[in-house]
Amino acid sequence: MTDQAVEREVGRARLRKEDARLITGQTNWTDNISVTGLLHLAILRSPMAHARIERIDVSPALQRPGVVAVFSGRDLADGLGSLPCAWPVTEDMVLPDHPPLALDEVRHAGDPVAVVVARDRYAAADALEAIEVDYEPLPPVLDLEEALAEQAPLVHADKGTNRAYVWPLRTGEDFEAVKQGADVVLKRRYEQQRLIPNAMEPRAVVVTPLAASGEYTVYSATQIPHILRIMLSTVTGVPEHKLRVIAPDVGGGFGSKLQVYGEEAIALAIARKLGRPVKWTESRSEGYLATHHGRGMIQDVEIAATREGKLLGLKVDLLADMGAYLMLVTPGIPILGAFMYPAIYKMDSYEFTCTGVFTTKTPTDAYRGAGRPEATYAIERAMDELAAEVGLDPVEVRRRNWIRHEEFPYTSIAGLTYDSGNYEAATEKALALFGYDELRAEQHKRNERGDTVRLGIGVSTYTEMCGLAPSRVLRDLRYGAGGWEAASIRMLPTGKVEVVTGTSPHGQGHVTCWSQIAADVLGVPFEDVEVVHGDTKVAPQGMDTYGSRSLVVGGSAVHRAAEKVVEKARKVAAHLLEASEQDLEFRDGVFSVKGSPEARKSIQEIAFETFTSHDVPDGMEPTLNSDHVLDPENFSYPHGTHLCAVEVDTETGQTRIRSYVCVDDVGRVINPMIVEGQVHGGLAQGIAQALYEEAVYDDEGNLVSGTMADYLVPSAADLPDFVTDRTETPAASNPLGVKGVGEAGTIASTPAVVNAVVDALRPLGVHDVRMPCTPERVWEAVRSAQSEQPSGSPRKEASA
Amino acid sequence: MTHISVTVDGTTYEDEVEPRLLLVHYLRDRLGLTGTPIGCDTSNCGACTVELDGASVKSCTVLAVQADGGEVTTVQGLARDGEWTALQCAFHERHALQCGYCTPGMIMAARDLLRENPHPTSDEVRKGLEGNLCRCTGYQNIVRAVLAVAEGETAPAGQAASAREVTA
Repeated sequence: MTDQAVEREVGRARLRKEDARLITGQTNWTDNISVTGLLHLAILRSPMAHARIERIDVSPALQRPGVVAVFSGRDLADGLGSLPCAWPVTEDMVLPDHPPLALDEVRHAGDPVAVVVARDRYAAADALEAIEVDYEPLPPVLDLEEALAEQAPLVHADKGTNRAYVWPLRTGEDFEAVKQGADVVLKRRYEQQRLIPNAMEPRAVVVTPLAASGEYTVYSATQIPHILRIMLSTVTGVPEHKLRVIAPDVGGGFGSKLQVYGEEAIALAIARKLGRPVKWTESRSEGYLATHHGRGMIQDVEIAATREGKLLGLKVDLLADMGAYLMLVTPGIPILGAFMYPAIYKMDSYEFTCTGVFTTKTPTDAYRGAGRPEATYAIERAMDELAAEVGLDPVEVRRRNWIRHEEFPYTSIAGLTYDSGNYEAATEKALALFGYDELRAEQHKRNERGDTVRLGIGVSTYTEMCGLAPSRVLRDLRYGAGGWEAASIRMLPTGKVEVVTGTSPHGQGHVTCWSQIAADVLGVPFEDVEVVHGDTKVAPQGMDTYGSRSLVVGGSAVHRAAEKVVEKARKVAAHLLEASEQDLEFRDGVFSVKGSPEARKSIQEIAFETFTSHDVPDGMEPTLNSDHVLDPENFSYPHGTHLCAVEVDTETGQTRIRSYVCVDDVGRVINPMIVEGQVHGGLAQGIAQALYEEAVYDDEGNLVSGTMADYLVPSAADLPDFVTDRTETPAASNPLGVKGVGEAGTIASTPAVVNAVVDALRPLGVHDVRMPCTPERVWEAVRSAQSEQPSGSPRKEASA
Repeated sequence: MTHISVTVDGTTYEDEVEPRLLLVHYLRDRLGLTGTPIGCDTSNCGACTVELDGASVKSCTVLAVQADGGEVTTVQGLARDGEWTALQCAFHERHALQCGYCTPGMIMAARDLLRENPHPTSDEVRKGLEGNLCRCTGYQNIVRAVLAVAEGETAPAGQAASAREVTA
């Protein structure tokens, strides 16, 4: 019906509508917002990882110039409940209280202790030093294994354990039995270092009260205005219908703004208490302590296989660092990974156990990929180990195990139904672009020569589950909400269109892409569509943006809502043209009667007719607007093949990425320019985990990498040019045939890079380098391998 | 309080400021020129980059009093009568921004780079922008945009550009 229109916009590299404001500085970041009488908040934070607050006296700070009020945790306790955790992954999960401002105890460096309210940001920051706090130090809990030992000091003494939960998954045959019959059993331990998300815009929140009616507007640099509204209501007791949450321009999130933060609740509580508008903006260094971290896991992986390299079974034991508290979806992050360890491979047995562990560190939660990068890393590293063990090329060992394209839809051993994919096609394309055989030949020659700078080639073939999520699946996973998304189309009387979406973009380009989708279905010009989002008053329903869900769920909802407009318009057109609906054609936004093309009504004309409603069919509601709430029937499963070539200097430990090729299959593409951009950014973050980034704590639980000067966010000079390409296997589970793309690059790239580094050093006896693969670690790995084999001659690596 | 006189984007302002006031806070909080954002507190990220007397500076490491008598250009002062500069056009056309938070600083730093080296190689662009961090783009399209300007592929074109399509 609308096929011709579909040709017009979807698939085109439309330049972004979002850009004009952003490149001219006409932005509306939360920190830009200023209102008359605005007061500024500054937060005093714990300098210790773990301590009892013996005494706190905020009164000296009140004497400082410009200070309006100062509050300790006790002072605000009446209007501030515990911060929420929406994902109790097991029935008996240990859920500690999480006061937004500490009451008796601090549990990580940076835990908020008191808050100053002052007339400007300098005065607020100055007054912090006047607050007196006596801390009685308690032992920090830093190591995941030691935390689980008998007699370990406890993060939450009242809970009697540092074990937050144990979450098992066992499918297929018994792993121990499978292992007995296997030729090869490999056991490996991988560590997922903690990462700091580093969205370029620091967090900020502004709350403006309308005291007389008890209404509050919360502006926040958040990915989740809708969820935040519900949760802030729960935490503060302000009724939900009296809260309006606005996510203005938001400068990146990567999961770090998928959170209900203490500062948001504190700002609301203070605005309510004082009846004055307040603002809090974090400094970058403050954010390193106060904004949740990502990753932080120890992965024990065991694979059983035949000597031909055929996988038989997989066992994964995971220790996941929760940090000090369970925040919005903290416990669920490793569980999102639980289903992805089997990846694209067939096997007979899978056992997974995750133990969530409390530590006295900043809480962890979603960071780009959220559980799936960790899973992909472990299985892709292990597949390379298997290849080395059985003497196969890493690509060949994958080929022998992956699901073939004719086997889709395929239910994985973990129980996911992969709707579509073609791993062979993506891999062939990637190998050709990369020049795989030539690089292998060069590597062979250089290894023979004994070059000190080694060439390494890394492979990563991944899939991921994204497009969160079917609500019933979320129920089964004990998640506290649904996974639907809402969209509305408002056909304005002048023929222009407003698309209202429940997604909340922060850099992804939803305004442009949703315009393309709506323009095609409605047959209106791209320029005539405006997209409205991120304000609970104007986009009242939504589940927001995370987990590569926005296009798959939210974009599909826009598509369906637009189809509803066309369905209703068809009835009106039939009425006005005195024809039957079946005799109408709809093309390029115009209804015409088959056989008499002069009898026509444009969708804009129909919008006006339904606005006046002077002559619409009997019983029809005025206006041409529509709503649609879409609950996805399945996840989406993008996949692809990533190849990385590195040059590793064995004398300095320096790694340089020489080339990086990826072929991703993200289904049907709405805007190829935006897809490429998403892949680039994802690659950068995945490579950053492999080579550069780590949140480092010292033995007392201080964050040593506590500023941007100490934590290596890569610059342009640290990253290579990427070669990106695509195959296109449409998703079968949504009307657009789309799959998520936001996290794919991050999920795939980390193992590709580390596999390349290890591949470079394998002839020297190295079989692992801990992330990030810094020059020091690479050099150390080479040195210790050489000291184990003084001759320095290549040897076959033994299984650990 | 110290008296300063600063010209920002063509307008001269006279103000009394605390000697410790950072230039970026002066621009944002006193003048309301919020086009220049703040991304860190250690001068690593470069989001707040502006031009002071013809050279790019990170405005979080300059005091407002140091700008006394000076001329500041921010991202808000680049376009003339709604006509974007070549760099602004190139950032749009090459999809060199996603969330856009680093963009003002990135554009100001790229201006400086091209002034010093009008025909840089790709590597020179990467090294030249080392002091400006972006978390969204992976930098590739930023490098493309800067090279496009250097190679004269992008001319100032105005906002009609948003309706066009990338041909690449």
